[in-house]
Amino acid sequence: MSLRGAAYIVGAWEHPTRKAPDKSIAMLHAECAKGALADAGLTKDDVDGYFCAGDAPGALGPLSMVDYMNLKCRHVDSTDVGGSSYQVAVGHAMEAIAAGRCNVALITLSGRPRSEGQATGTAPRPGNPAAPEMQFEFPYGPATANLYGMCAMRHMHEYGTTSEQLAWIKVAASHHAQYNPNAMLRDVVTVEDVVNSPMVSSPLHRLDCCVISDGGGALVLTKPEIAKSLNRPKVKVIGVGESPKHQMGGEVDLTYTAARWSGPPAWEMAGIKPSDIKYASIYDSFTITVLMQLEDLGFCKKGEGGKFVADGNLISGVGKLPFNTDGGGLCSNHPANRGGITKIIEAVRQLRGEAHPAVQVPNCDLAIAHGTGGALGTRHCGSTVILERE
Amino acid sequence: MAYVARKIPFVGTVDTNPETKPFFEGAAAGKLMIRRCTSCKKAHWYPRALCPFCFGDCDWEQASGKAKIYTFSVMERANPPYAIGYVTLAEGPSVLTNFVDCDFKALKIGQDVKVAFIQTEGEGPSLPFFTPA
Ligand SMILES: [Zn+2]
Repeated sequence: MSLRGAAYIVGAWEHPTRKAPDKSIAMLHAECAKGALADAGLTKDDVDGYFCAGDAPGALGPLSMVDYMNLKCRHVDSTDVGGSSYQVAVGHAMEAIAAGRCNVALITLSGRPRSEGQATGTAPRPGNPAAPEMQFEFPYGPATANLYGMCAMRHMHEYGTTSEQLAWIKVAASHHAQYNPNAMLRDVVTVEDVVNSPMVSSPLHRLDCCVISDGGGALVLTKPEIAKSLNRPKVKVIGVGESPKHQMGGEVDLTYTAARWSGPPAWEMAGIKPSDIKYASIYDSFTITVLMQLEDLGFCKKGEGGKFVADGNLISGVGKLPFNTDGGGLCSNHPANRGGITKIIEAVRQLRGEAHPAVQVPNCDLAIAHGTGGALGTRHCGSTVILERE
Repeated sequence: MAYVARKIPFVGTVDTNPETKPFFEGAAAGKLMIRRCTSCKKAHWYPRALCPFCFGDCDWEQASGKAKIYTFSVMERANPPYAIGYVTLAEGPSVLTNFVDCDFKALKIGQDVKVAFIQTEGEGPSLPFFTPA
């Protein structure tokens, strides 16, 4: 049985904060939950399924959060695959709703790496030494930026991709961010600005990297009967896919991402193709992340991502594929170092016609929100969500 | 630019994972030990007891230490900067490493490199690094 249309996103709310030194992480989660439920026209008593990931504070996944928010749930799920967890949660919530395990699913993300002074991309973070890879990786300094830098270096080597082509992705994000009053970086930048910004980890420059921000977001999903009773535009989940990719026992290939595997089941369930998409939210931890995912999702051929993103092709009102019209992780925010949920929230805004008028895509009826969690250079999960305005 | 070595951190001890202790014993003696499957005959990385291709049992063997650069990235924000990368061993698998004792500006994908062992900080175990051949 296809799950196509088994759930609707009826609530979507993004926290406006980008720096929250006076809030707790649990408090940010609850504020996001309150915002998304109000957006849907539902209350906390309606929630009977809760979904969170590793950003939720507490040793036992969702238990601390359902206790803190005093939710009475029939179903919880805390699958943690980094920044892609929230696309995965949309798929899992749809499955749970279709199976009758819950009627109203709440997904939350929040964090405050900015207030906590994390050097997210440049300082390697040690983990549990018993993780099987840890002693074979941590000594070599795998920070986030150099794990993506290695992918960009190989992509340039195999396909002739250039720093200028990557820069166009940031340029497009900055064109959108100028209209987002909450965005951290609102200045429009040029290709020259990007390639002349200081090198962080070759070949990625400072402006190839996303921001570090506090904040969060939440989503509310429900079954079709309840969605139809609510006074909100109907955003139907029509395709989902998830897949991890890793080092494959040493058969390392950094030229593609897990989107190559998470995309096809999502396209098949949705019954549409990339050229049908009017708006794309694409995970943008770095410019190279966007370029590789666009190729792997089928928006262009493998190796032609550089040509595809150049010359403003991702700018709303200018190019063929408007992307990340809130400014994305590259300019607006990257709460908890996890950009998955904000990708879905902006896709919902576009489908409802509630994006900023300067970046709203006309007649936006089909959108994709793709997430990547973990690191492209070692292990990551790709997760794809395709949405339709009904 | 003159090469400046960085301190190499290590987490846990060589006893943390009994499965990989022979790797660290080899490294202490200047040998790059890898595992090869007795069933499908493929070598893999990082070392596991059960083959990641077929779950067959694996033996230890000493690798040649010869490899080619698959990719790299120089972390210029670090002090001192360092070069992370994957090298593809002559035996097959690709290995995450750092490039040492070299001019980072001259690193090239496809370049021949050879193994060199460096002790990690705080009297930690030695680990394999790579340098131009
Ligand atoms: Zn085998």
